[in-house]
Amino acid sequence: MASDEVVLLDFWPSPFGMRVRIALAEKGVKYEYKNQDLWNKSPLLLQTNPVHKKIPVLIHNGKPVCESLIVLQYIDEVWNHKAPLLPSDPYLRSQAKFWADFVDKKIYVLGWKTWSTKGEELEAAKKEFIDCIKLLEVELGDKPFFGGETLGIVDVSLIPLYSWFSVYEKFGNLSIEPECPVFVAWAKRCLEKESVTKSLPDQDKVCDYALWRRKVLGYE
Amino acid sequence: MGEEVKLFAVWGSPFSRRVEMALKLKGVEYEYIEVDLQNKSDLLLKYNPVHKKIPVLVHNGKPIAESVVILEYIDETWKGFPLLPKDPYQRAMARFWAKFIEEKCMPALFKCAGTEDREKAVEEACELLKLLENELEDKKFFGGENIGFVDIVADFIGGYWLRDIQEIVGVKILTRENLPKLCEWSDEFVNHVVIKENLPPRDKLIAYFRTRFGPKP
Repeated sequence: MASDEVVLLDFWPSPFGMRVRIALAEKGVKYEYKNQDLWNKSPLLLQTNPVHKKIPVLIHNGKPVCESLIVLQYIDEVWNHKAPLLPSDPYLRSQAKFWADFVDKKIYVLGWKTWSTKGEELEAAKKEFIDCIKLLEVELGDKPFFGGETLGIVDVSLIPLYSWFSVYEKFGNLSIEPECPVFVAWAKRCLEKESVTKSLPDQDKVCDYALWRRKVLGYE
Repeated sequence: MGEEVKLFAVWGSPFSRRVEMALKLKGVEYEYIEVDLQNKSDLLLKYNPVHKKIPVLVHNGKPIAESVVILEYIDETWKGFPLLPKDPYQRAMARFWAKFIEEKCMPALFKCAGTEDREKAVEEACELLKLLENELEDKKFFGGENIGFVDIVADFIGGYWLRDIQEIVGVKILTRENLPKLCEWSDEFVNHVVIKENLPPRDKLIAYFRTRFGPKP
């Protein structure tokens, strides 16, 4: 452990990168953060993720791991001395993986649509987004976190969304808290954790970034 | 011990066949329940209310959905014939390629069976499969000497699904010319002692593909 070399190739507004930052912080792993220019990709990024050329990439002792949920599982398996992200029971593990997959397949895609689409497509995306958050609220139930008393893989996968809420609400004309108070209460509990607050950028900065992207992509 | 294992599946689905392959490789007995996708039973909707899809594995009354999640569950629950390697880095690599097959290869291959811009779709699919072939290198299976997690997730490519679709639709994707190592792997796959007993009946599959993708009169 003492000679572990950990590097994270990331991009500050990326929710996928935020997931990895939170996990490394939860586990107390020291690492070198390298912010990437996605419009001028570095040789290191292209070399360590030749298939997708995307961030985040975790480089552990020279070996790269890509795809954020896969990185989370890797981190959990290697640094298994504290803050487990997955339970030990196989059935509960399968449920956690199912919901983490749901977050990827549904929440991120729909969230993206709320700031990048218009008209009917936007309205349909907004409705489905809220419906999916409500499903997560049911799954959370009375627990403080999806992981129980501590952050689990579902919490870590989902909370980065929170830094993008102001973007969804502003451009999608959405109001999340009145519709999903349980979800917002959960998010606020996550924000009490240092591993989360030091990994999530300021909501205003994310909004400025989204505004710039919308202009570049011609959505404005 | 009173183990009760049920699988909600569809005979021709590569997704539910993956689960069957894993169960058979591990020697797990299960009850097979064929689902009518046009008329989903209350039981399926109860066990998979979120996605309402197959496969769903129900183990002692507890349901698990999403084939890749099910495969990992099976691997953790029944220890014989391990599907994923023990080393965390190797596991991450296996999960990466399984995800690549699922999220990139399969949609690209389905596009080739569609009628829009087929030439471009075939080019893209071939590029993706080339990446997969590079990962295989000179190994007999993605899992090494024996079948593993990635081989099972690649069943659509290794089994008869892709071969039959490409013949019916009239496209050349997985050919000995284009992808010699992947072709060799797919021969090993369909001839594996357990896999060959667990592929859908070929004539039924071909007939289904003819109806779905064949030239319209």
